[in-house]
Amino acid sequence: MGDRLPDSPDFATDRAALLAGLGRILPASRLYGELEDLKPYECDGLTAYRNLPLAVALPETEAEVQSILKFCSANQVPVVPRGAATGLSGGAMPHHQGLLLSLAKFKKILKVNPVARTALVQPGVRNLAVSEAAAPYNLYYAPDPSSQIACTIGGNVSENSGGVHCLKYGLTVHNVLQVRGYTMEGEPVTIGSAGLDAAGLDLLAVMNGSEGMLTVITEVLVKLTPKPQVAKVVLAYFDSVTKAGNAVADVIAAGIIPAGLEMMDKAATHAVEPYVQAGYDLEAEAVLLCESDGTPEEVEEEIAAMRAVLEKSGATSLRVSANEAERLRFWAGRKAAFPAVGRITPDYLCMDGTIPRKNLAKMLLAIADMEKKYGLRCANVFHAGDGNLHPLIMYDANQPGELERATAFGAEILELSVALGGSITGEHGVGVEKITQMCAQFTPEELALFHGLKAAFDPAGLLNPGKAVPTPARCREYRQIRGEQA
Amino acid sequence: MQTQLADFIKDTPEGREADAILRTCVHCGFCTATCPTYQLLGDELDGPRGRIYLIKQVLEGGPVTERTRLHLDRCLTCRSCETTCPSGVKYHRLLDIGRQVVEENVPRGGLEALTRLALKEVLPRPWLFNPAVAVGKVLKPFLPSALGDKIPEAAGAPAKPRPTAVRQRKVLALAGCVQPGLAPNINAAAARVLDRLGIQMIEEEKAGCCGALRFHLNAQEAALDDMRRNIDAWWPHVEAGAEAILMTASGCGAHVKEYGLLLKDDPLYAAKAARIADLTQDAAELVMAQKDALLPLLAHRPAAGRKVAFHSPCTLQHGQKIRGVVEELLEAAGFTLTPVADSHLCCGSAGTYSILQPVLSKQLRDNKLSALTAGLPEVIATANIGCLTHLQSGLGSPSSRPSIAGVRHWIELLEDQLTAPETDSAAGTVA
Repeated sequence: MGDRLPDSPDFATDRAALLAGLGRILPASRLYGELEDLKPYECDGLTAYRNLPLAVALPETEAEVQSILKFCSANQVPVVPRGAATGLSGGAMPHHQGLLLSLAKFKKILKVNPVARTALVQPGVRNLAVSEAAAPYNLYYAPDPSSQIACTIGGNVSENSGGVHCLKYGLTVHNVLQVRGYTMEGEPVTIGSAGLDAAGLDLLAVMNGSEGMLTVITEVLVKLTPKPQVAKVVLAYFDSVTKAGNAVADVIAAGIIPAGLEMMDKAATHAVEPYVQAGYDLEAEAVLLCESDGTPEEVEEEIAAMRAVLEKSGATSLRVSANEAERLRFWAGRKAAFPAVGRITPDYLCMDGTIPRKNLAKMLLAIADMEKKYGLRCANVFHAGDGNLHPLIMYDANQPGELERATAFGAEILELSVALGGSITGEHGVGVEKITQMCAQFTPEELALFHGLKAAFDPAGLLNPGKAVPTPARCREYRQIRGEQA
Repeated sequence: MQTQLADFIKDTPEGREADAILRTCVHCGFCTATCPTYQLLGDELDGPRGRIYLIKQVLEGGPVTERTRLHLDRCLTCRSCETTCPSGVKYHRLLDIGRQVVEENVPRGGLEALTRLALKEVLPRPWLFNPAVAVGKVLKPFLPSALGDKIPEAAGAPAKPRPTAVRQRKVLALAGCVQPGLAPNINAAAARVLDRLGIQMIEEEKAGCCGALRFHLNAQEAALDDMRRNIDAWWPHVEAGAEAILMTASGCGAHVKEYGLLLKDDPLYAAKAARIADLTQDAAELVMAQKDALLPLLAHRPAAGRKVAFHSPCTLQHGQKIRGVVEELLEAAGFTLTPVADSHLCCGSAGTYSILQPVLSKQLRDNKLSALTAGLPEVIATANIGCLTHLQSGLGSPSSRPSIAGVRHWIELLEDQLTAPETDSAAGTVA
């Protein structure tokens, strides 16, 4: 499925010429062109969408990156940048007529500045490694995607990644000060500054979530946040997902901004418990993880307020983490939830719709109906606090037709997200996965503006073509089909 | 993950096992974060997720050349990825299966084949290995450094006398293949500690190499023969009521604990192998189980206070999933543990890896030694002979490192502590 990129124009790249050209820039050990070596690079974390690149390059220096881009630009070769390839929307899926440019060797933490509370890092540095490097100064990097052990900063910027703590501390866009990189033509660019604001238009916001379509990022200056004195998490169990969904809205309505507010349903807790042994109640239909951090007094007061709201919302039982080790264990289950679902199903599609919190319960009921309609199971794990859903649709890719059913299931969730006043993506990006649903989210005029922005950075349209923004042709077809159905 | 295994393997036991393992992997990439080679090289093909994909290609009948073999060879089999994997992928089994198919399809030639043959045939045989070490010490200045570095500076401490008491409670212990020659005091120390705990340790002479060595050099049939020989050697003791089979090298322990799995299709040995695997315990498990008897023995010893950096071998923490046990025992014995960053990473020893992949191995060793010495320990402790000699080789000569007494097995430290003279103050409290 998705073996080609229908939204990309055709390129007439000659593999031998590409390898010969890149061979003048890189040693053979860092340039792949044989099927055997290319295959493991054919997809990112979204294995349902695969595409073999013509070549893979693994540069180690900025000069190499620049030379590669200049060569590809001069020879009309599309380039797809790739970090840790943990993405779930196919943003780093290769182009079949192009080069896959891995930034995984850029893994240096260049500087941690405890006074300015910043860290200057290369794009291949793991998200968690930034926090580890900042820990001696009692600082950390706040955005914490569930894949933070493996995902890297370049990809975090490209997808504007969130995480369980972004409700209080913001997404990547709120925690990045400056991005350096190269345009497709090989021109160096610096966007943003070490200060909190800079003259001119705020292009830094554009870089966050640009899905590798505007520049190749080679250096990022991130903000560091002081570690809270205390953090505690409340586990609240519910006998129905509807009650849990409504409890989320109640917490926010009570004026509380938890440091994290997450939900897992029964299918999810059953998948993760064997891995983390967090001691989740496996009988409950849903569990909310509601975190408070700050000074001991603040946390005590806030935990009491959270307990009161959650009890009133119908929690069947509550448990507060007794110590830091227990708190981390409770979170470990949530953070490992996606891959842990691999224990109960060979394959899954992870959705990323975001909806107003008041509609959580309505959405969960609709998903339960869709499970019957498509004959597939779905585990629900999500950043409840900001309404960001991650339904995990389980299927078996070895059974003919299951992937197609799973894809249709996912599309229906995304379209319902838009209908409920939400968005098709909260943090995973559009990539190839949700490109059709972009037609539901935006008007042709809005999409034309996106294309205009892309062309301002990359007039030849060579950097990650065919991703994130659909062609007008796709949307016309989409509307035609929907129109006929309606 | 979607799979379509080729006809040559899909209906074999290995094919079915591999298919089941492949289908648990969801390609999340968490494993790359804790993979020592991915962290060094930053290449998908040198991390577990990429290797799984390479093996999948091979089993699906795709092209296979030296290119695939190179990346599979670079895997340390440290199993750090298995500890990290939330989906429960049994990576090392898939690798065993994949490596065997690749080995058959892409035979090695020349010097490489010869080196592997020598390792397979010499290391498991003490009567060949011990004289070779003696000769090696003489020739060391003339050997390539990859090999020369592996010859221990000074074989570990001389063996203390073994206890002679005959006791009701008995455990069998594996002597091992290279350990008696390189560090004879380890099993002597284990016997002395167990003796104090009222347990007699027996080494059965007819047992030999546990089989891990040949198994991981893709001589899997020969390895199975090593394993059957050990089962035959131990079986009379098992029938006579030996409580456990003790492993003082965690590398051997991880392998013997898999005897049941590896011999499951051998009708003659399957049941015995499973029993042997069940009885097998690392020294840490066995001593920890006797903690109630141990603590009073340690009570009147001087608080050692010595600063120790513990390197937990991969075969202990990832292979056998024994974590924090040795650390607890050392602290109970009065040692102070220094913090060690990235303690989940391999030291680069990994069986014969240090000889076959000298460049990566040395990088990992140097990184590990910086992490181990950061807290200024007086001594480094570990639980596996391979790690012990490998780390020791990186410390250089004693004159260049006056502050570190070297690398020792933790059971030797515990034994030293048990036999240390009682302090006046401690004696005073007794009186």
